Amino acid sequence: MSLTPPDAGPIEDAWLVIPLYNESTVLGEVIAEARKTFPHVVCVDDASTDGSGAVARRAGAALVTHPFNLGQGAALQTGIDYVLEATDAEYVVTFDADGQHRVEDAAAMVRRAREEDVAIVFGSRFLDGRTKPGLLRRIILKGAVWITNQQTGLRLSDAHNGLRVIRRDAAEGLHLAQNRMAHATEIVLQLSRTKLPWVEHPVLIVYTDYSRAKGQSLINSVNILIDTIIK
Amino acid sequence: MLDQPLIKVILLVGIVGVTVLLTRSTAGARHQAVRRLLLVGFVLLAAMAILFPPLLTQVARFVGVGRGADLLLYGLTITFLGYVAASYRRMRQLEQQNTILARQLALNHAVHEARHRPKES
Repeated sequence: MSLTPPDAGPIEDAWLVIPLYNESTVLGEVIAEARKTFPHVVCVDDASTDGSGAVARRAGAALVTHPFNLGQGAALQTGIDYVLEATDAEYVVTFDADGQHRVEDAAAMVRRAREEDVAIVFGSRFLDGRTKPGLLRRIILKGAVWITNQQTGLRLSDAHNGLRVIRRDAAEGLHLAQNRMAHATEIVLQLSRTKLPWVEHPVLIVYTDYSRAKGQSLINSVNILIDTIIK
Repeated sequence: MLDQPLIKVILLVGIVGVTVLLTRSTAGARHQAVRRLLLVGFVLLAAMAILFPPLLTQVARFVGVGRGADLLLYGLTITFLGYVAASYRRMRQLEQQNTILARQLALNHAVHEARHRPKES
């Protein structure tokens, strides 16, 4: 029985925020897997019609239910507000419901935030060559990175990565107004305005058939682009 | 491309104005006053155009457009764009208020629940 090594045991001072919109197929597994490391999970059910909320509750997550569909950005903000209001957690981890993020990456990012005393850890799939997004997706993602960097003055390698660790003081600076997908740029912008220290952390995105089907269709990047420019 | 420069400049400025409207921060009292003045001006111009149709054509000629009716069409196009921009902004504002309201509702419920039924650890 040694002292708990930093990379073992559940992480008690971080809450996972998982926005849900009709994710019931894989959600139970994703939450169960995540809760081995992160016992505290809040799911924001964005008015799903397939019982995702009930699945989340059964898997042991706290649940916030939107009365009607507001979009993923709105759901993220709701989850962050929940963590700030209802808990005294030090870290908020934004996590996807479709199983494309790995729990060990999230845990490593929280550890890194703690060890290096940074307020924000952005997951990036482009820091190493493990993630294989496909050519067209890569081009669009890189375009998104470029625009985000232009708008925020940060130098990120991956902009639309849903895996982030945000310390309480940084999370308090978030007031996302983009309800739909353009929140990914907005979140970076608002975090950059807090002037708090940040790092990028290499993560592996697991593109399964399910996550591909649920994920952003490439044509939707047009919407994201326009929402990003016209506020 | 460089013939009839005057009307082209006027119309382009109009489009730029609409774009600025779209991206600018929320309007205040000053903004509303400007909009009302523009409306009054529009009513006066409309009345003039009805009472003295040749005047419209003269104005059109002056800015380099052949007929008053064409000028009217151009003006309408810009006004329509402005209308689209303004209603888009209003939509966004409403959407925003709606979101905040819905979020507060959802959070009240969830936070209440969390406080009264402590989670098993």
